[in-house]
Amino acid sequence: MEEVDVEPSPMLIPSAGFHQRHLGFEWGPGDLLVYETNYKLQGPRSAGSPLVHVVRKDEDICSPILRKLFNESHLIFVGLQKIKEDVVEVHSVEVSILLAIELIWNLCEVLFIDAAPAGSLLLHLLDWVRLHKSDVDARAREVLQSESPAQHQSYWDVISLVLQGRMDEARQVLSKQASLRAESSSVFKRMDVLLQTMPIFNPTGTQTLTEFDVKWRHWHEECDRCLQDNTFASNRHLETIVKILVGDEDTILEQKELLSTWYHFLVTRLLFTHPTIKPPDLHYYAQSSMNMFLGPRAPPEPLDIILLSAFEFDLHQVIKDCSIALNNWWFVAHLTDLLDHCKLLQSHNLHFGSNLREFLVLEYASGLFTHHSLWQLAVDYFDHCPEFGRVYLELQIERIPLDTERKAIKVLRICEDRQMSEQVRSICKIMAKRALRNNRLGSALSWSIRAKDAAFATLISERFLQDYCNKGSFTDLDLLDNLGPAMLLSDRLTFLGKYREFHRLYGENRFSEAAKLLLSLMTAKIAPRGLWMTLLTDALPLLEQKEVKTRTTHALHSHFTVVKKLVETMYICLQNFKHLSCTIAV
Amino acid sequence: MDPTAKYISQKISRTRWRPVPAGLLQQPEVFAAGSWDNESNRVSIWSLGDNDSDTDGEFDEEPRLLCDSEHDGDVMDLQALSLAHVWERAHRYSCDNAPCTAVVCRSPELVSVGEDGRVILYKADQTEVVRVIENADSSTIHAVTFLRTTEVLTVNSIGQLKMWDFRQQSDSPAQILSLTGDRVPLHCVDKHPNQQHIVATGGQDGMLCIWDVRQGNTPFSLIEAHSAEMWEVHFHPSNPNHLFTCSEDGSLLHWETTSGSDMSTLLQRGWNSRVVSHSGVPLAGEDDSVVSSWLAGDSSKNRLEATHMLPSQTLSVNSLDVLEQCLVCGTDGEAVYVHRQLPV
Repeated sequence: MEEVDVEPSPMLIPSAGFHQRHLGFEWGPGDLLVYETNYKLQGPRSAGSPLVHVVRKDEDICSPILRKLFNESHLIFVGLQKIKEDVVEVHSVEVSILLAIELIWNLCEVLFIDAAPAGSLLLHLLDWVRLHKSDVDARAREVLQSESPAQHQSYWDVISLVLQGRMDEARQVLSKQASLRAESSSVFKRMDVLLQTMPIFNPTGTQTLTEFDVKWRHWHEECDRCLQDNTFASNRHLETIVKILVGDEDTILEQKELLSTWYHFLVTRLLFTHPTIKPPDLHYYAQSSMNMFLGPRAPPEPLDIILLSAFEFDLHQVIKDCSIALNNWWFVAHLTDLLDHCKLLQSHNLHFGSNLREFLVLEYASGLFTHHSLWQLAVDYFDHCPEFGRVYLELQIERIPLDTERKAIKVLRICEDRQMSEQVRSICKIMAKRALRNNRLGSALSWSIRAKDAAFATLISERFLQDYCNKGSFTDLDLLDNLGPAMLLSDRLTFLGKYREFHRLYGENRFSEAAKLLLSLMTAKIAPRGLWMTLLTDALPLLEQKEVKTRTTHALHSHFTVVKKLVETMYICLQNFKHLSCTIAV
Repeated sequence: MDPTAKYISQKISRTRWRPVPAGLLQQPEVFAAGSWDNESNRVSIWSLGDNDSDTDGEFDEEPRLLCDSEHDGDVMDLQALSLAHVWERAHRYSCDNAPCTAVVCRSPELVSVGEDGRVILYKADQTEVVRVIENADSSTIHAVTFLRTTEVLTVNSIGQLKMWDFRQQSDSPAQILSLTGDRVPLHCVDKHPNQQHIVATGGQDGMLCIWDVRQGNTPFSLIEAHSAEMWEVHFHPSNPNHLFTCSEDGSLLHWETTSGSDMSTLLQRGWNSRVVSHSGVPLAGEDDSVVSSWLAGDSSKNRLEATHMLPSQTLSVNSLDVLEQCLVCGTDGEAVYVHRQLPV
């Protein structure tokens, strides 16, 4: 077994495990069941706690805000599976509370999916930092909109604009100062020129990286010359700015408060020392930036570790660190899925056969399934796990509690769409049994018809016939009179329908048809044995009826034939019955 | 124009507009939504804010929650009333409570139906139920609608429509209609606003059937509307040439006649058609279907066109309601969609 990367944090379960009692546990699909137990199998009986504690690992799944996230990301996930082209559009998920996740996600986009080469890499990283440090805009606007911007107390926070490489905006703010004092206007003009002439790499332009590098070095030397000449010695703020432009790491580090994070420091540092940074060299600067910014003794936060792994382009480490740090599988499952679609994940066969993406998506979906409401989302995720998705779904779907018919109908639709006939049959049987227990025979029958469950249909028919024998009349006539082709589902059901029809015909005085029907019921051998006596008793009045109904010779003849056949069949039946009774008696 | 979506963190089983007083040409602004499948379900009231649009004529308002309250069990149906009351255990089995599946009201009277096969009549201001029709049905009754002041129509899970007249003392239906052939459960029913004998039903197989309850017991038209259970069907209350259906397959269709004749004459001629995938945004992975409608000889003149109202395939659309030019619907994807400029 591998070593654990981090020490697991202990979790206290209230009212369990006191007085040196042992705790037993059992894994559930998303929870852990914990109970107090005597370690020995037999021993003196002592009062123990009768409680079973359910320990849920993932509380996020119950948060209403996160439910919105799960639903929106579900739509995106399904949409992504349907895209077949090689170029995958990156969908960014806007999360208001999980800023860290957004940060990581954006960084992964920049480093792995956009895979920017040297030159554009820095530009993308600048964008990334600007996105996540947006208060700079607000402050700059506040200063510019105030009555006298130059006197504003946060005026010199213009440095943060420089740190983010936003030279035009910095120039705009500095111009406010320049217009004020005539004597230092030349100094400000000088600074303005420096800021304006800073070369920015244009990835779509014709300039190559080497040309840009040369230009940049020229500019860098110019800045250095200004520093050496003490051009800006009169104004300490401008002096700071020019030191930053030259790339003096200590000066940049002094702006810790404005930078606020080590990765901002990293990007700023690169901007003014190595704008043509290549991806493989990134991690060296990242590590050193983190050390310089945080100090040697500060332990790195989980977020920092994750970002560092990203800068090292170690995708698997990123996923692993995220899995440990975050409570819920949501992030890693979606990230891995996206990376897999961009073909960035090597197929990494795990011990249990499926690849990493499938494993994570399955974990996420299984977690969703334990939720009383989000199980519907999980179905789509299982659909897109080619190896084990179906098996997981088959096992989980039968365990959804079915309180109302409407929910059962939805679950059944899911099973039917995927040809899971076993599950369909089992769910329909549960519903039919419940209906039968509540005496809703029509409901029970409609569930059996849906499942094409002949055995249960037979059971229901038996129940009807039993009721008939007990009460002497049929219940639920609206159902029996309108069975339609469903009658053919089982023999017993067919008999029931036809028998009811016989009664109806008899009630309408259509005796010859009734007789024919009764005859066919007897000869077709679908009548249950227990009812033969009843059938024979029903036949008796028909035999008498021939006297009443005789009108024409034809009718008489046909009646006579029918009656003759009836008598013959009666005889056979009686013989069989006698045989039965003899065998029973013996 | 696309409908606006709002995710409300609960699966929605029913949405209904608050009725606008007749005569005022106002668009509805307030709707109620009920949730299901939660550990604690809620009925919530939402407002759409001002009717003023900005210069582009676009409505940007997202629905805002006005208030909500807890509800025991899933919310199965909602209707607007001016009084509030609870009738406990109205629907029950011998040893348990039974789910009530639908409620309809025509103030001050209410009718409810349930899985126990009972039809119950209430008056809004009385605590006792007015009348119970026991054993109205041996299977589950899924939906109910008023035909006339004293007549209701119910549909059940063995594919039958039953008409009940409360003036009659007996507990048996005045009329039973059903499809010949397979007994497919029917889930929803709605009657034509002006002509009370025309009724539309939707079933488990997604078939939309139009019936004339006066004649015969087979439907006039059978339309393959959806590929899964149809949950609700609604005629537009003021413009009955428009019909709306929503289904488990995640689509909401808007049906309208494109010819000069109105819906009722079209239907009386026993018209049949296949559904048309006719939307501005093609659904991912689907081919465009061909419009085909055949009515003996008149195929060019009389057509029923269907348009998808929701922009992309969602989870099941459980409920919809239309009033004037506004449509609201709720899905299992925990989103409410509001469309404020219906082409009706």
